[in-house]
Amino acid sequence: MFRVTVRETGEWFPCGPDECVLAAMIRSRRGPVAHGCCGGGCGVCRMQIDDGQYEKVKTMSRAHVSETEEGAGIVLLCCVQPRSDLLISKSDSAVLKSLKKDFAFG
Amino acid sequence: MGFCGTLRPGLVQLRVLDLDKTLDFYVNVLGLDEVGRTSDGRVMLKAYDEFDHHSLTLRKANEAGLDFVAFKAIGPNTLEEIKERTVAFGYQVTEKPANSDQPGFGKRYSFKISTGHTFDVYCDVDLAEKGPQIKNPDIWTTPPRGMRAQRLDHFLLYGPNIAEAERFCEEVFGMFVPEICNTEDGNRLATWITSSNKPHDLAFVEYPQPGKIHHLGFYLEDWHDVGNAADWIAINHLKLDIGPTRHAITRGLSIYFWEPSGNRIEVYAGGYTAYPDNPQRVWDAAQLGRGLFYYSGEVIPSFLEIVT
Ligand code: FES
Ligand SMILES: [Fe+2]
Repeated sequence: MFRVTVRETGEWFPCGPDECVLAAMIRSRRGPVAHGCCGGGCGVCRMQIDDGQYEKVKTMSRAHVSETEEGAGIVLLCCVQPRSDLLISKSDSAVLKSLKKDFAFG
Repeated sequence: MGFCGTLRPGLVQLRVLDLDKTLDFYVNVLGLDEVGRTSDGRVMLKAYDEFDHHSLTLRKANEAGLDFVAFKAIGPNTLEEIKERTVAFGYQVTEKPANSDQPGFGKRYSFKISTGHTFDVYCDVDLAEKGPQIKNPDIWTTPPRGMRAQRLDHFLLYGPNIAEAERFCEEVFGMFVPEICNTEDGNRLATWITSSNKPHDLAFVEYPQPGKIHHLGFYLEDWHDVGNAADWIAINHLKLDIGPTRHAITRGLSIYFWEPSGNRIEVYAGGYTAYPDNPQRVWDAAQLGRGLFYYSGEVIPSFLEIVT
């Protein structure tokens, strides 16, 4: 089990080497993302990995993470598994930003 | 049967991130049959109870989402009329020649609507080699697999200016609108549109970003098969969104989940019988939770926020 720490809040959750970070975050209810497609398509799980080793196990949609961003440690959490303890932080998600501004249901 | 210029949505092309893994889902879990591959590697699929050549094309791409949807017109004269009405409506129409990017399909007229989605319309398409029987027919030829999807049913699209999209479907396709949802200030928030007895062939939700798909819906036989689909979701560790549940809107019995590339899929049974002379059903935005998920009465955030 590795420890994934959220930089902004200091809270952490355990994540196994054979599961994606998003699944562990959702299960622990510690962290900013509570749901998602879990397929690398929707972009709601976009975050920055500031420290630690990880492996990309699924294709991440280029609509949400560019090649340059990927090189800089921005990931879709549903597409990566930890290979060490990780430190993660929020990255600006274009999707969530525009939603919060323009889109309110009901 | 169709009441209108169009019969039904007959073809969708989706973008997928991982073709092999996603194709495995469509064939072995949803239960579609692979019809063949195009020269550029796209995969054509159809459900076991569909007659036409194929109804879904998967294209490997670096983003998930929707390339286009295509509607089948009732015949060649209607197709030309729809083309003329589309131009008069103000959309620029291009022609995709027969047997070009979609083997088995006749020429398609293609245009972009207000919500940023590409719509095609066609009338000629070859019958599938492996369609349902027609002479003293059995209910199936080979046992349906997995979720046993019978046919493509509908899709929900997210984009801006859905009021115009709704008007286009009515004025150009001759569709009708059995059900709508309005915001408090009277603007259209969501609309359900059909060309036949089905409660919807397509639906729209108003959304700032253009060209998004919320889900693609496939038809199942009954409520029992919705439960069977839930089992297949669990067995295959697919990500469930919500269900099994009932919609008050359309009255469908339903479950939503994501396929391996992150496109949301609904499998759906039932639904009321729509007639163009029936009064329109109208929902207030404040009651939409009950309209969408009748049992809980509450909308869940993932259902509203996640699109591809
Ligand atoms: S949850 Fe959709 S991209 Fe990660
Ligand atoms: Fe639906």
